[in-house]
Amino acid sequence: MEKGMVIIGAGECGARAAFALRETGYDGPVTLIGTEKHLPYERPPLSKDAMVSEHHPLPRTIAEGTQFSEKRIDFIGDTTASAINRSEKNVVFEDGRTVEYDRLLLATGAIPRSLPQAAGSRYCVTLRSFDDALAIRAKFRPDARIVIVGGGFIGLELAASARRRGARVTVIEAQARIMMRGVPTEIAQVIDRRHREEGVTIRCDTGIVSIADNANNVAITLSTGDVIAADLAVIGIGASPVTGLAEAAGLETGNGIVVNEWLQTSDPDIFAAGDCCTFPLAIYGGRRVRLEAWRNAQEQGSLAARNMLGSLEPHQAVPWFWSDQYELGLQVAGLPDEGTQTICRQLDDGAFILFHLTDDGRLAAASGIGPGNAVAKDIRLAEMLISRGARPDPIQLAAPGVRLKSLLAA
Amino acid sequence: MSNWIEACTFDDIDEEDVMRFDHAGRTFAIYRSPDDEFFATDGLCTHEHIHLADGLVMDEIIECPKHNGRFNYKTGEAKGAPVCVNLKTYPVKVEAGKVLIQLG
Ligand SMILES: Cc1cc2nc3c(=O)[nH]c(=O)nc-3n(C[C@H](O)[C@H](O)[C@H](O)COP(=O)(O)OP(=O)(O)OC[C@H]3O[C@@H](n4cnc5c(N)ncnc54)[C@H](O)[C@@H]3O)c2cc1C
Ligand code: FES
Repeated sequence: MEKGMVIIGAGECGARAAFALRETGYDGPVTLIGTEKHLPYERPPLSKDAMVSEHHPLPRTIAEGTQFSEKRIDFIGDTTASAINRSEKNVVFEDGRTVEYDRLLLATGAIPRSLPQAAGSRYCVTLRSFDDALAIRAKFRPDARIVIVGGGFIGLELAASARRRGARVTVIEAQARIMMRGVPTEIAQVIDRRHREEGVTIRCDTGIVSIADNANNVAITLSTGDVIAADLAVIGIGASPVTGLAEAAGLETGNGIVVNEWLQTSDPDIFAAGDCCTFPLAIYGGRRVRLEAWRNAQEQGSLAARNMLGSLEPHQAVPWFWSDQYELGLQVAGLPDEGTQTICRQLDDGAFILFHLTDDGRLAAASGIGPGNAVAKDIRLAEMLISRGARPDPIQLAAPGVRLKSLLAA
Repeated sequence: MSNWIEACTFDDIDEEDVMRFDHAGRTFAIYRSPDDEFFATDGLCTHEHIHLADGLVMDEIIECPKHNGRFNYKTGEAKGAPVCVNLKTYPVKVEAGKVLIQLG
């Protein structure tokens, strides 16, 4: 024993896991290796505050350098792991160094999918890292023409940020509406309307035929035959899990590194967590999902750490994420597509919550939108109801006068 | 220095709930615990300066509405990621149905 714990990928998940190993009382060597040169930082601000802040942004780090040394976490940045030798139980770095492990965690995250039509264009970019964010921010100038390809969260948050910086924004979405994945129509409509009020052009049911660079900008030919010019096009069509290392090591992968309810891969000494893994969700009868959500990365990082130390607790959390666009805050707990009927509760200031119930009346998910954090408290209470498998009375759910907290006690 | 400020009345806050109180350019959160005691902390989360009064109170915990960071509102202690900086707390007393907090 005591080769130590090794974590590949120093994002939200990997960094949390490293600290959680210490919080759980582990005393042996902990190595955290990451490709990026920065200390581990939070990604959610990259499409939000970092785009609009008055001052030049800095990465919002998850912990200070001194905290890593205090906790004796050997953080090795600017270095990529290039292979895992399962028989020798070591990890090989790109520079040839190796480090041995007793248990290994893969927290390699996801990378933006690229659009083949955009290959080679100097004006087409994606957003995942802080350095990506700086490059995009520099182009968000008054009257700059910004095209966002893909009406998902990151694209729409960027659209809102670009508008706040005075740029002219067009969003191109291939599907019939924005945010097709994970967000109910009623909520997508509120967001769609808000963007249009701000002067964003949203074109749904529209594909990209070709992209061609000009001297100072790029021409994008749409499936409608229109050609639009842009000073920058951000491709936001989703992300793919980083599974190459796992695959090469012969671990089972699918849409992500396959793990069981303890976040263990097909090799019991190797765990995977966060955006890179696909796992069974206990609250939906073991339905296999891969989430790209910040709290999930945190929770799974901590859980993987405890399970690497032998506690073998199953992952049971309810999926949850938020998005901020303009003054609107959106939150979703659970997976809305698990529901077959929807109950709406109106809150103050135009905010509302949709409760998604199964055929047999179980609360499967809740989604809400409103100014600021208007929906936060009720979404949180709904999350607790979801995790208990509650079957709340639909009439009470719809009645704003009935406090959700009172349903928890029932 | 005993600078007691009236924040609200006893009935303004439900049991196990929180209320925002702004005073002299600062913002505070006033809590009523499940056993009917009152507490006060700074009003903004130490992670991203979000109003905690929009969050959920459970026993002695206030949970931030933005990313679910948790604090013990009686002691101000940050209870783990993503919050790592404690909240400042203030003494509170209830007199004649009024909730007073001590600033200074
Ligand atoms: C712009 C943006 C905005 C977001 N906003 C929200 C939001 O509002 N709400 C929300 O819930 N979620 C949001 N998310 C999602 C959230 O940030 C992710 O779910 C989270 O970062 C996942 O953490 P992770 O550690 O699993 O992966 P990552 O954060 O991707 O970290 C993985 C790290 O591993 C490194 N790595 C990969 N392979 C190797 C290797 N072989 N060797 C060494 N290092 C390697 C990568 O370089 C990367 O740094 C947002 C994401 C982005 C990009
Ligand atoms: S702002 Fe409170 S937890 Fe992030």
